[in-house]
Amino acid sequence: MIFAVMAALLVTMVLALARAFLGPGRYNRILAVNMFGTKTVLFVAVAGFLFGRPEFLDIGILYALVNFTAIVAVLRLTHYRELVSARPEAERG
Amino acid sequence: MTTFALINVTLLGILLATALAIARMRALYEATMLAALLSLVTATLFVLLDAVDVAFTEAAVGVGISTVLLLGVLALTRSWEAVTSQRRRLPGLLVVVLAGGALVYASQDLPAFGAADSPVQLHPVTDAYLYESQDEVGIPNTVTAVLASYRALDTLGELVVVFTAGLAVLSVLGPLARPEQTRPGADFHLADYRVIRVITRLLLPFILVFALYVLFHGEYGPGGGFQAGVIFATGAVLYGLVFGLDRAQQVIPSWALWLFICLGLLLYLGLGVATMLLGGSFLDYDVLSPGHPETGQHLGILLVEMAIGTTVSAVMAMIFFSFASRGASR
Amino acid sequence: MNPVELLSGVLLGAGALFVVSGGVGLLRFPDFYTRNHAVGVTDSIGAGLILVGLLLQPISWQTAVRLLIILLFMTLTSPTAAHILAHAARRDGVPVWHEGYRRR
Repeated sequence: MIFAVMAALLVTMVLALARAFLGPGRYNRILAVNMFGTKTVLFVAVAGFLFGRPEFLDIGILYALVNFTAIVAVLRLTHYRELVSARPEAERG
Repeated sequence: MTTFALINVTLLGILLATALAIARMRALYEATMLAALLSLVTATLFVLLDAVDVAFTEAAVGVGISTVLLLGVLALTRSWEAVTSQRRRLPGLLVVVLAGGALVYASQDLPAFGAADSPVQLHPVTDAYLYESQDEVGIPNTVTAVLASYRALDTLGELVVVFTAGLAVLSVLGPLARPEQTRPGADFHLADYRVIRVITRLLLPFILVFALYVLFHGEYGPGGGFQAGVIFATGAVLYGLVFGLDRAQQVIPSWALWLFICLGLLLYLGLGVATMLLGGSFLDYDVLSPGHPETGQHLGILLVEMAIGTTVSAVMAMIFFSFASRGASR
Repeated sequence: MNPVELLSGVLLGAGALFVVSGGVGLLRFPDFYTRNHAVGVTDSIGAGLILVGLLLQPISWQTAVRLLIILLFMTLTSPTAAHILAHAARRDGVPVWHEGYRRR
């Protein structure tokens, strides 16, 4: 069953990656990276069980934290685009 | 294929695809997020290779601090990459192929993965680090023992590098904007939402305690001073992002940051001088506790990790505040 | 197989199912807000089920405490991330999809 969970997580990571490449515009890509991050947390936790290394859970806590911080950062700092970007207005969303 | 090989192939495929996407993408915010994803996958590969301390540092620095700093820089400049002109593409390709080819050629000289006759297996220092360190230093995490005790001088050099980076950022970007200089009205989008405010307030004590846990538990599990410093700085960054830079600079004033930057390095150097005054060589922790060298080693490693954590956290937090406050005062 | 192992297997399987459905939803839904909903909901539920399933495996108390910490963290931050993403997108003017619109 642990193998099945790991396979499911890898499949979901690839699906999230597909959305990160496709997603028209910024917010779809941010969403995809957020999902990828949370799946990586679970992946590391399950890998710890699979390979018998419970220290991996500390890394899982760290991944959850930095994933959240990166998402908050990109949403907070992306509002400056009105001030300084030369981005074409057609690519919204 | 074994499970391990299958997982590795999938992750390496993800890595390659993401790297190609980053190279092709002209939208820089999105490229930065994909770079964060790249760091996360690299850190996972390190985890699968059993290099947990390296994975810790890669995740904390590559996804946390590095991404936030890149985003802060993008707020100060254009967020779309200029188109590369046609006549620069061929020389660029040539340089990439030559450099990559040289690296691949050089990597042929490395010993085969896991070969029994590689220098790592044969050299006596491996036995010294893996087995004698248990008698001399006595902590389970050999990486910490090597970093903080056997190669403490190298780690001091790394700390000086971090310190110099902080000084360089300070001298290029100037001192932090004083709280009254940052306009409070223009950029408080996130603080408008009660949910994120409450959640951040709930999480911050846990993040800081987790940083302390990583610092002190670094002798028994993955972690150590550098990772703890980066996690602490990530907490400060989160606070600054959600509640605004002026409040963050009231909570963590510039004089405190400058004090902690210097304090860590002074502690490390002071420990070295103290061991010399007590009769040993520079950073020889055995003399810290005469008669019980193992206790001396424990004490020395603890002090050194605290010094590293202090300076690294203060430098990272200060770099973030410098970058972010530039945008706010435009 | 004793009931605790069975329950653990069931929870892990259910969690894996939710996680994959979130990934599929991310690709198939027509608009950012619907995808945000898929990700936010399945992230929290899938992570919760998988972590509780791992808790029921034979583990030491230190591992159990760490799993509980990860569970607490994910429960707090996954919905919050979905919330601020939706609000930020709304503020930025990402258009809402209606029946008959083109997929974006």
